[in-house]
Amino acid sequence: MSAGVELDHVTVRFGDFTAVSGATLDIKGGEFFSFLGPSGCGKTTILRTVSGFLEPSEGKVRIGGKDMAGIGPNRRPTALIFQNLALFPLMTVAENITYGLRVRGIDKDMRAKKADELLELIALPGQGNKQMSELSGGQKQRVAIARALAVQPQVLLLDEPLSALDLKLRQHMRNELRIIQRMVGITFIYITHDQGEALTMSDRIAVMSDGVIQQVADGKTIYDEPATAFVASFVGENNPFAGTVAQADGSSALIETKFGRLRGRNPRGLRAGDKAILFVRPESIRLGAGATDTTLSSAVKSVAFEGNMTHVYLEGVGKKNITISVGRQGTTSIPEQGQVAAISYDAALGLALPEGQLARE
Amino acid sequence: MNSRLIVLVVPFIVIAIFWLMARREAKLSHDPTHKGYFERNGMTLGILFIALVALWTLFLVVLPYLYMVVESFHPQLPPSKRGGPEDVLTLAQYQSFFVQPVGGGLNVTHIGAFVFSIIASIAVTALNFAICYPLAFYMAQSGGAQKVRLLMLALIVPYWVNEILRAFSLRLLLASKGLINQMLMGFGFTDAPIDFLGANVGLYVGLSYAYLLIMVFPLYNAIESLDKNQIEAARDLGAPWWRIHKDVVIPYAKPGIASGCTMVFMLSAGSLAAPQFLGGPRTLWFTSVIYNFFFQNFNWARGSAYAFILLAACIALVMLMLRLFKVSLGETIK
Repeated sequence: MSAGVELDHVTVRFGDFTAVSGATLDIKGGEFFSFLGPSGCGKTTILRTVSGFLEPSEGKVRIGGKDMAGIGPNRRPTALIFQNLALFPLMTVAENITYGLRVRGIDKDMRAKKADELLELIALPGQGNKQMSELSGGQKQRVAIARALAVQPQVLLLDEPLSALDLKLRQHMRNELRIIQRMVGITFIYITHDQGEALTMSDRIAVMSDGVIQQVADGKTIYDEPATAFVASFVGENNPFAGTVAQADGSSALIETKFGRLRGRNPRGLRAGDKAILFVRPESIRLGAGATDTTLSSAVKSVAFEGNMTHVYLEGVGKKNITISVGRQGTTSIPEQGQVAAISYDAALGLALPEGQLARE
Repeated sequence: MNSRLIVLVVPFIVIAIFWLMARREAKLSHDPTHKGYFERNGMTLGILFIALVALWTLFLVVLPYLYMVVESFHPQLPPSKRGGPEDVLTLAQYQSFFVQPVGGGLNVTHIGAFVFSIIASIAVTALNFAICYPLAFYMAQSGGAQKVRLLMLALIVPYWVNEILRAFSLRLLLASKGLINQMLMGFGFTDAPIDFLGANVGLYVGLSYAYLLIMVFPLYNAIESLDKNQIEAARDLGAPWWRIHKDVVIPYAKPGIASGCTMVFMLSAGSLAAPQFLGGPRTLWFTSVIYNFFFQNFNWARGSAYAFILLAACIALVMLMLRLFKVSLGETIK
């Protein structure tokens, strides 16, 4: 059974510090939902509030429609997978998996049966008697998932559980997590600072910064239609061009930047005179001139060949470079270092957003 | 051969053992680039180090104990008769613990004192653990840094006070006209003063307090290294607080618990001051018996025999407990 999780104006303070402020969202039952943000953005605080280790200073957490105020983590229908997994080193694999059942007073035979079932699910059949130290990183990962699933939670909370694994294994575990989630059909709430993880696995993502939820949407929307300057700069690579809106209508805006007047879409309804940032992704920029309001030129600082892509870095504003990623479909010749190159983009791929804080590199 | 001659041979054996250990060290190493002891230090320094360590262990550890062992197998003799024909090896001193040398009856007094000391020490250890475990857990896992520092200070500072002074002040507190009895009578809980000291309350309290730190610190060290997430994980899986301690904290801290309990038990079984000042008038602590043999009767032979009986019993008990709780001796000294 799965249950939805509702955050209703949740604010969490530690003394004078506000870790989460006014978080409001509705996670549907059976959804794979991710919180994405840099470290210290408050995403772990949200997770701990949902699991019951923290009480919100203001607002309410509801799981399955039921207010969770005053209900401790041991009595919530949630199970948490810790960043370091927190498996019990002195117990065997099966003892770890069935610990939640043991404290619920379920008898030995039932526990053994459940352990076999879960070991099957995580593809470690017959390994219940192994010690934790005998398992590899990926296997431990799966045992942690099984231990959490054993108590049949309605919501599974995952706190960056893949961050300790190496890249290959991490990518493999992404698929595995998604498969397990579809199989058990319960709500997964996943915390990560890795946008790749969030984009590949989630039904929906909440992007957070400084304790504030910036945008809640599916991965494609987050990437293509970022709602704020922070989301645009944090998710994927992006080239920001700060400036003032010179002209604007309902669909597009012309921004006066250091590189001249540049055009982009205007989904947030900017008006002439507003401070704005125009974002153009590296893969949306091509070498060579186009229309005057989507063309700029700058000196090439360096070129990095990456096999399937070539990244060209041009002189930007201050220390920040303008990055272009050129694929290999065309026969575009790559300019050399020091050369001044003209670059352009489709106006539809430029995005003008109100000025705001950018993600730190 | 005179048994005391063996004592003279021992130094050479000890030096030989150290020398052999130094020689073998290089061979035992799996690393081929590893240099042996003499290669590292040179011959002169190497020999000097061995001699210094050998002297230390010899004169401070091996010889004094060995002398006592040897002494315990000899009859009590005036100095003039030592080494004479009457100075033979004998088990008489050990026998005297069980059977009275004069009269031949069962030595009830001493066996009683022995059994009482062991049982009381076990009780003190248990009491000490019950006090220290929550304290150590609080300091290691839940207390704020500032509070923990204050608590530590509060634990340590009283130990600057002399042990005898501490024992006597406790006696004043618990005496029949002491503060506690005055208060109990003042509030009307009791009409007549309670004989705390006669009931050995003072003894248990005094001994427990004397070895509080020895229990707290091994526990604190063991619990402190436990990952907080383990506790939270158990809680998240639905465990009530007592199960978390039973299933997660105590198994993890077992080596520390064993180490603390072993030390407190050994020290209280061998303590002298607290039982003497705080024990009831009818209480006879086994170490007091030993003390009396040495300093009142000048019967060193019997005193050392008794001391070794106590030592052997304590070691046996500790080993049994370690085995029972499946802790290896190596773990407890980590």
